[in-house]
Amino acid sequence: MGECPVCAADVTIADDAMAGEVLVCDDCGAELEIIALKPIKLAEAPTAEEDWGQ
Amino acid sequence: MKIGLLHSLIRKEEKLLIGAFRNAGVEPIMIDDRKLIMDFNTAPDIDILVERSINHSRALHALRLFESAGVRCINTHDVARICGDKLLTTAALKDYGIAQPQSRVAFTEESALEAIEELGYPVVLKPAVGSWGRLLSKINDRDAAETVLEHKAVLGSYHHSIFYIQQYIEKKGRDIRSFVVGDDCIAAIYRTSDHWITNTARGAIASKCEVTAEVAEISLAAAEAVGGGIVAVDLFESDDGLLVNEVNYTMEFRNSIDTTGVDIPAVVADYVIQQARQ
Repeated sequence: MGECPVCAADVTIADDAMAGEVLVCDDCGAELEIIALKPIKLAEAPTAEEDWGQ
Repeated sequence: MKIGLLHSLIRKEEKLLIGAFRNAGVEPIMIDDRKLIMDFNTAPDIDILVERSINHSRALHALRLFESAGVRCINTHDVARICGDKLLTTAALKDYGIAQPQSRVAFTEESALEAIEELGYPVVLKPAVGSWGRLLSKINDRDAAETVLEHKAVLGSYHHSIFYIQQYIEKKGRDIRSFVVGDDCIAAIYRTSDHWITNTARGAIASKCEVTAEVAEISLAAAEAVGGGIVAVDLFESDDGLLVNEVNYTMEFRNSIDTTGVDIPAVVADYVIQQARQ
């Protein structure tokens, strides 16, 4: 379980989660990135940049 | 076998690929482009690199440096360079004689306006580098053309003054995205939307499209034109047959696995492993 850096809600982390993975806080809808797993550290995911995506 | 996976954020596609490599008995070596430092001579100890960065500019430069250090990359730097720039893609498709919408390139507001009027309204103005349907402008008349061109020239960075202008194709609410892995066109989807932009990132709905001989032929030709490897080809259905709109080199496929019934990440992983063995 991690803590949402935006709304402080508990965020469930899947067993197969990886650092760098993006997830969404169920409470506030913020897009979060898993920065580290041991211990769990979450941060707001970077916002889309001009050269993102296909 | 040491397969490197270049990434930044881990999206669903990357997780699916990691799972596919593991199912094939290979644990990929994760290389985060945000932590990467390269010295122009050496690279992480891997046999082959699979590029999955979300940032085009990072992918483009990292691939060049990995190749410079002797690492084989999928896709190659050249494929990224061509696919990442619509102007270069159009030129490559033209060199291979592949059907595509008419387009023009101009470098000033005045010449861009002239080019637009030459093509005839409506046209689509696109950033040469960009994706997910962002900053596309469908221009229906001269007033809109003058306004958009001025905004791009004044408010955009310099590359927004490289005006890439494409003939608007009436696609009846959908386009086709096909997936090419090596010498095979493995799957295709329709992307359907009420909006003229039919990117799934913009809410278009994916549904299965049969890989007909025509879809396979033009998709494989387009893939070859940009240098081959693993690409997704965007196609328009026109009265004159299929036209290639774009070719994507770090393809997104999360909406296309259940839709097509094709295990795209497994096919990709098998292809990469096969390439690494050669």
